Amino acid sequence: MSIEHIKNNQSKSILSQITEISGKIGAEISIMEVCGTHTVSIARHGIRSLIPPNIRLVSGPGCPVCVTSQGAIDAMIKIAEMPDCRVVTFGDMMRVPGTDGGSLMDRKGRGAKVNIVYSPMDALYIAQKYQDDLIVFLAVGFETTAPLIASVIKRASKEGVKNFTVFPAMKLIMPAIFSLLSQKDVMIDGLICPGHVSSVIGADVYEPVCSQFNAPCVIAGFDAHDILGAIRAILMQLLKIKENYNNNCYNDRYNDCHNREISTAKGKRTEVARVENLYRAVVDSHGNKRALSMIKEVFEHRDSVWRGLGIIEKSGLFLRDEYMDFCAISRLKIDVDEGCEHSMCRCKDILTGRISPPDCPLFKRACTPLNPFGPCMVSNEGACHAYYNYA
Amino acid sequence: MPTTITLDHGSGGLYTHNLIKGIIVRHLTNPLLDPLEDSALLKIGHYRSIAFTTDSYVVDPIFFSGGDIGSLSVNGTINDLAMKGAWPIALSCSFILEEGLGLTDFEKVVLSIKNACETANVMVATGDTKVVPRGKCDRLFITTSGVGLVKEGIDIGISNIRDGDMIIVSGEIGSHGITILTEREGMDIKSPSIKSDTCALHRLVSALIDDIGDGLHALKDPTRGGLCTALWEASDTTGYLMDIFEEKIPINNDVRGASYILGIDPLYLANEGKLIAWIDPLYAERAIAIMKAFDCAKDAAVIGEVKGRVIDDNAPSVILHTAIGGKRRLHPLKGMPLPRIC
Amino acid sequence: MCLAVPMEVIELREGVNVALVRLEGIEKEVFLDIVDNMPEKGDYVLVHAGFAIHTISREDVSKTFELLKGMNAVD
Repeated sequence: MSIEHIKNNQSKSILSQITEISGKIGAEISIMEVCGTHTVSIARHGIRSLIPPNIRLVSGPGCPVCVTSQGAIDAMIKIAEMPDCRVVTFGDMMRVPGTDGGSLMDRKGRGAKVNIVYSPMDALYIAQKYQDDLIVFLAVGFETTAPLIASVIKRASKEGVKNFTVFPAMKLIMPAIFSLLSQKDVMIDGLICPGHVSSVIGADVYEPVCSQFNAPCVIAGFDAHDILGAIRAILMQLLKIKENYNNNCYNDRYNDCHNREISTAKGKRTEVARVENLYRAVVDSHGNKRALSMIKEVFEHRDSVWRGLGIIEKSGLFLRDEYMDFCAISRLKIDVDEGCEHSMCRCKDILTGRISPPDCPLFKRACTPLNPFGPCMVSNEGACHAYYNYA
Repeated sequence: MPTTITLDHGSGGLYTHNLIKGIIVRHLTNPLLDPLEDSALLKIGHYRSIAFTTDSYVVDPIFFSGGDIGSLSVNGTINDLAMKGAWPIALSCSFILEEGLGLTDFEKVVLSIKNACETANVMVATGDTKVVPRGKCDRLFITTSGVGLVKEGIDIGISNIRDGDMIIVSGEIGSHGITILTEREGMDIKSPSIKSDTCALHRLVSALIDDIGDGLHALKDPTRGGLCTALWEASDTTGYLMDIFEEKIPINNDVRGASYILGIDPLYLANEGKLIAWIDPLYAERAIAIMKAFDCAKDAAVIGEVKGRVIDDNAPSVILHTAIGGKRRLHPLKGMPLPRIC
Repeated sequence: MCLAVPMEVIELREGVNVALVRLEGIEKEVFLDIVDNMPEKGDYVLVHAGFAIHTISREDVSKTFELLKGMNAVD
């Protein structure tokens, strides 16, 4: 039997366990998959069609295209229009619309120099090939991608490549998770944590999330089997927390128990949420130290604007002074106007699980995959895009 | 919304669909054009028809694993004829050449056209050559038109799809699309199995017609936009729901792997030597047996069936049953597939 | 958020910090600039955007596989 068959069979039995446990919990449960690649996988495997209706999967902020601010997008498009510049980007950014509705794809159609690459290293090769152009690599991504970009900048520095720059729009996931969960009326009971980011940042970083918000954090891989395993693990933790709470205070209102964090104060048998790592082949407790030190060497943490979420303290990666020659914003003296979000867009409330995509007045009317307004519709990974396509 | 043509308009996805319906068909509408099938049928007298089609080839790179722009331009046009059950009689071949193109490269393409024609037993009956200044086209573009003869009494078309029809795909999907994508972008992803599937399908179609006759309802070649977009278009035209099973769709392991690495769904990758057939369920098993006798269709498989009318809003519906038993609605390709990191 | 694929190391290119890796019949080169534990031939690396970001030892891979097979037997 092939490994795929084995996994598919197991997925079916995990599903029946999920149904059983969620029945015991009873209340509505909101689980956030932090990572956009999880969002895509959930949609691709039709997982929403299989899990019980009281489990709501909420898409989190881990989609780099989605959270790049409108101001940054506009600046990137403006750079593509500069005759001496050549924009190099991951395919992900090509169709994100600027404030005027046009995208990089659109500008390319009008003659702008835009190259799509699979690896940031390719941007360096392009710099060597087009020596008369100033190369601007659109550096988006989280902790998984940032060290790659750092290493390419270091190479460019070592090799003295003068026409290579990056547009820094990289983000850190932990400040976003804290910012989201700290909001007053946010309804997230547990987190499926990103597998590949965690291979860089390690499993331990989620401990404070568990202790502060009493929300189970489960790190998982990306196939259906992994994701279902994570949902089951979160439900099992939530059930224990609920049972303990009931035993201790005879109250079956699970959400009260959960949000007030009083389970920690109750008696010695009290359960609290914890970090579970179901992706051990790839993720360990401390992460990839070499990658982390590479990030630290080239970038510094600064406040950063997230589309839909606003400014989050120390959540962005920007170039350190010693690497400032490689910063496109400073080389080109670009002004990034951060005040231009669409006012009707409810992406922020969708990202926090307050509303579902159809509750947004723009959804399917003004805002569609061919004409997206907000981050959640922009990317294949976005919640609205996934909802539009699969619901 | 873009106000100029972008590459997405050439992707075969929704942008293309909107461009064709919104501008071309809106102005040129007529009963021959409007069905928008792979070729148009021109009636001769009461019983016989000629199939007529045209297609332009602008592939970059012009030489790729498994073929080149020459063989592609012959096979692609033959296949457009074959999808209406026609046997190709003659092709036209029109070249637009860029100033600076190497003569040896041009000759190589023409020799490849010769080989493809000989293999398919069809002739280039007429042609044209134009040269444009450097930068006005990319090396060379080819437009081939074709005419083919449809046998008396044969009526194959998307409008003949019936509830309960079995949906068959003639082999592993996505190989042409992934080959072009990786070679065009110079991506270092190499495998002997990643090569274009370009080939002519008229013999395969003829064998099906000879054997199961009326049992063959419709054919479509899933070129740009891939399997998924082709099924969606069939649902759009007929109002029937296409119900398919992920596990039954034949995909080469390496094509699957490369798609995974690049973040692309193989259901949306172009094919140049595959067809989708809608067949009366009584003949499905027989059709598979006939297909498997051809090298180009040795992996043919039933991937699903036509299951009643579309449900909500009259929106075209392609439902995919995933390997773990989930259901998901498939949508047509929007713009060209791009490699993603997320 | 980040697509990454485990691929088997079939050759290490000394000096240039590059490994030749394989997935099914696909071969490609990846950079080793940020990987924590240097892989050996036969190990797997997790590949993201042309870089190895993590080394998975051969033992870990076969353990995962065995575990899966074992779990299935129990089911």
